[in-house]
Amino acid sequence: MDIIIIGMLLGGAYALMAMGLQLQYGVARIMNLANGEMLVAGSFAAFWIFTGYQYSPVLSIVIVAPLAFGANWLIYKIFMRPLVKRAKSEGQLEVDSILSTFGQSFILVGLMLALFGGEYFSYSYLEEPFEIMGEAYELNRIIAFLFSAVLCGSLYFWLNRTRLGLTFRAVSVNAEAAGLVGINVPRAAALAFGIGGAVTASGGALLSMFLTFDASVGVIFTMKALVIVIMGGVRDIRGTILIAFVLGLAETAVASLIDPGLTLAAAYFLFIIILLFRPEGLFGRRSV
Amino acid sequence: MRRRYYGGRRRWEFVGMTRRELYGLLTGIIIFALASLLPLVNTGYGLSLGVTIAMYTVLSTSWALFSGPTHYISLATAAFFGLGMYVVGGGLEMYPFPILILIAAGVGAVLAGFIGIATLRLSGVYFVIFTLGLAELIRQLVTWGQTTLGTSSGLYVLTNIDEKMIYWQLLVLAAFVYLIGWWINRSKLGFALRIIGNDEKVAAHSGINTALVKVLLFMVSGSIAAVTGALLAPRWTYIEPTIAFSPMLSFLVVIMALIGGAHRLWGPVLGVVPFALVWDLITAKFPNQTALMLGIAFLLIVYAIPHGFIGLGEKYWAKYKVWRDRA
Amino acid sequence: MTEVTALSIQNVSKNFGGLVAVDQMTFDVMEHEVVGLIGPNGSGKTTMLNLISGFLKLSSGQVGVFGKSITGRSANRIARRGIARTFQLVRMLPSMTVRENVAAGGVFGYQRYWGVELDRRTNFVIEQVGLGGKDAMPVVALTYIDQKRVELARALISDPQLILLDEWLAGLNPKEMEIGIKLINELRFEGRTLIIVEHYMDAIRSLCDRCIVMNSGAKIAEGSPHEVLSDPEVVRAYLGDNDA
Repeated sequence: MDIIIIGMLLGGAYALMAMGLQLQYGVARIMNLANGEMLVAGSFAAFWIFTGYQYSPVLSIVIVAPLAFGANWLIYKIFMRPLVKRAKSEGQLEVDSILSTFGQSFILVGLMLALFGGEYFSYSYLEEPFEIMGEAYELNRIIAFLFSAVLCGSLYFWLNRTRLGLTFRAVSVNAEAAGLVGINVPRAAALAFGIGGAVTASGGALLSMFLTFDASVGVIFTMKALVIVIMGGVRDIRGTILIAFVLGLAETAVASLIDPGLTLAAAYFLFIIILLFRPEGLFGRRSV
Repeated sequence: MRRRYYGGRRRWEFVGMTRRELYGLLTGIIIFALASLLPLVNTGYGLSLGVTIAMYTVLSTSWALFSGPTHYISLATAAFFGLGMYVVGGGLEMYPFPILILIAAGVGAVLAGFIGIATLRLSGVYFVIFTLGLAELIRQLVTWGQTTLGTSSGLYVLTNIDEKMIYWQLLVLAAFVYLIGWWINRSKLGFALRIIGNDEKVAAHSGINTALVKVLLFMVSGSIAAVTGALLAPRWTYIEPTIAFSPMLSFLVVIMALIGGAHRLWGPVLGVVPFALVWDLITAKFPNQTALMLGIAFLLIVYAIPHGFIGLGEKYWAKYKVWRDRA
Repeated sequence: MTEVTALSIQNVSKNFGGLVAVDQMTFDVMEHEVVGLIGPNGSGKTTMLNLISGFLKLSSGQVGVFGKSITGRSANRIARRGIARTFQLVRMLPSMTVRENVAAGGVFGYQRYWGVELDRRTNFVIEQVGLGGKDAMPVVALTYIDQKRVELARALISDPQLILLDEWLAGLNPKEMEIGIKLINELRFEGRTLIIVEHYMDAIRSLCDRCIVMNSGAKIAEGSPHEVLSDPEVVRAYLGDNDA
C-alpha cells in the first residue's frame, strides 16, 4: 500500500516533466536532451527562492515558469532553428539536435556547478506527516502531487480546448500540412519548445520539495522523461501520464523491495520490453 | 608494371590496391613504427599520455566504423569498456590474460548484438537514449550484484603487465582496427553500410538486410571497445564500477571522433590527438569546468565543424583544386 | 510457347487504421508482359506497388513470384527474389557518384555481382539507360531525367524478374518524355516483365500489353489499353459521376 501511494505521488511529478519533453518533441520535433538540466535548474530556482526569501516552492513556479519559457524560447531561436533550416533530411536534424542539446546540457551542468558547486541540495519544507488510510506520508509529497495534477490537467485541457492547443496538435500530426493551412509552424515550434521547458522546470520546482538533487543529476531525469515519452507513444498525452505513474510505481517498488540503487534498471527493464514488443509505444499508432 | 583501368580507378594488378591505398598503408606503417618507440624515450608522463591517446584512438576509430556511415550515435562505449574491464578483473584468477581478452571480445559482441536487435530497427533517437543509459544500467547491476553476492563493490587487478606493455598492446589493437576498417571499406559490407547511411529504404529495396548489417557492425565496434577495456584493466590495481563505467568516456569518444571526422577511417585520430592533449590540460588546470568544456566542444562540432577536421580539409582541398585548375 | 505467371496477386488488402487503401486486389502478370496499373489519384496504385515490393506490409492476401510465395516478406528478401523498383519521388544516394548509385542495385539483389564483374555490368547498364560518360559525377549534379535514369539503371543492374516503375515518366518535359518512353519500350522488346504506374495515357497506350484500372483501392477493369480506356466505368472513375 505504501509503495502504491508513494509511487503514485512520484509519478505525478514525472508526468509533468515528461509532458514538457513531449511538447518539445511532438511539436518542435527536437528531442531535447537538455531537458533534465532544465528540470534541475527549476529545482535550484525553487531552492534559492525558498532558502533566500522564504517563499514557498509552489509559489516559486510563478517566477520559474515564465523564466524557463523565455530561456527555452531563446534556446530554440538561437540554437535549434538554424539546425531545422539547414537540415536536408529528418535524420540529419535528429543527429544535429541530439548533439546540440547534449552540448547545451553539459553547458547547463557546467554553469550550475560554477554557481552552486557540486554538493547535494535539499531543504525541508512541509515535512509534516499527513495521514492517508491510516498511514503517514510527508505532506510535501502530497502537495507536489496535487500541483502536478493541476498543472497536467490544465495543460491537457488547454491543448484540447484552445486555439493554440489545436495549432500545436495540428503541427504535431503533420507539420507540412499545418503550414499549408496557414499555421506559422516555426512560431508554433518555438512556442511549444518554450512552454515545454516551462512545464519541465515547474516539475523540477515541485520535485525539489522532497528529492535531493545536485548539479549533475539532470541526465537521470532526461533518461526517465525520454523513456516515459517513448513508452507512452510519442504523440499521446494520456499514454505519457499513465506511463509516468507506472514508472513511479515500478521505481518505488524496486527501491523498497530489492535495492534503491536499481531504480534506473527498473525504468530500463520496462523500456526494453516496450521496445521489443510495442515499439510504437503503448498508445501510439503504428506509423505508415 | 602492367596497369589497366576498371572501376574508374587505376589499379595495380598484383596487389589489387590503388596507389593511394599503398601510400596510405606505408604512411600508416611508418606512423605506427614511430609511435611504438615512445616507451623507449619516456616512461613517465609521456607514456601515460601515450596510453590515453592510443586508447581513445582505438575507441573513437571503432566507434566511427559503425556510427560514421550509419549516423547512429552510440553512447554505449563506456558500457562495453567497463564490461571488458570487469571480465579481466573477475576472471584473472581462473584464466590466463589472453583468454580473458577473447572472452571480453565475445561478451562485447553478444551485448552489442542484443542492443542492436532491440533498438536498431527503430529510429536513431531510440538508439541514443538506450545507449545513453546503458552504462549506468550495467553499473547499477554490477554494483548491486557485487554488494549482494560479495562484500565490496570493487575488484583487485594484480598482474605484472606494466604501462609499457599496455601501450604496445593498444598499438597492436589500433593497427588491427585500421585493418578491419580498411577491409570493411572495400568489402560488400562497407558498401552496404554506405548505402544504408544514404537511404535505408533504397538499401532494403536493393536486397540489403539493413538490420543485419547494422547489428553486425555494432557488434564489431562493441567487441573492440570491450577488448580495450580488458587491455586497460591492469592500469588500475583496483577497479570499481564508477571507474569502469564512467559515462564521460562515451561522450569523449563521440566528441573526438566527430571533431576529427567520422566519415573517414583516418578522421577520428585527427580529433583524438589534439583533444586528448587539450583535455589533459583542462582536467589538470580547471577540474570543475570539464562539463562546460564538453558542452562547448559539442556545440563547436554541430555549428562550426559539422564534418570534422577532415571535412574542413576536404573542403579547402576542393577549393584549392578549383583555384589550381583555373590558374 | 506456354505462358508463365511472373507475379500473382490474390485478395491483397491494405488498411491504415480504418482507411482501406487497397481492397481485395487480385491479378496476375505474365512473364515478358508489360502491365499498366492506372486509376485516378488516391486510388491505391502506389500503395499496391509498395505492397509488392515490401515497402509496406500487406494486411491480408497472398503474393507470389514465379509460383513461390513472397507474402509478408521484408523488402530485402523480395528484392533478392527478383523484384526491383523505382520510386515515385526519386531516391538518390546523395553522397555517392552515379556509378556507385547504379552499382548499389547490383551487389545484393537478384543477380549479385562484385569486383570486375560488377564493373562490367555497371558499365553495361549505364550505357543502356544513356548515362554514358557521366559515371563519375555526383548524383546531386544530375538533371531530373538523368536521376530517373540512375534509378532505372539501379533497378536493371541485377537483371530482375520483374520491375516496378512508379510514375517513372512523371515530371519530365515532352522532349524527355519521348526519350523516356523509348527507353521503356526498349526494355519491353528485351522481354522484361514490367508493371508501370502512370498518369500519362499516351504512354500507357503505347507501352502496355494490358491495363489494370483501380479506383478506391479496388480493381474496376482489366484488359487491353484500348478496351479499358473506353470502358464507361473507367471513364466515370476518372471524371466523376456527373460527367459520365
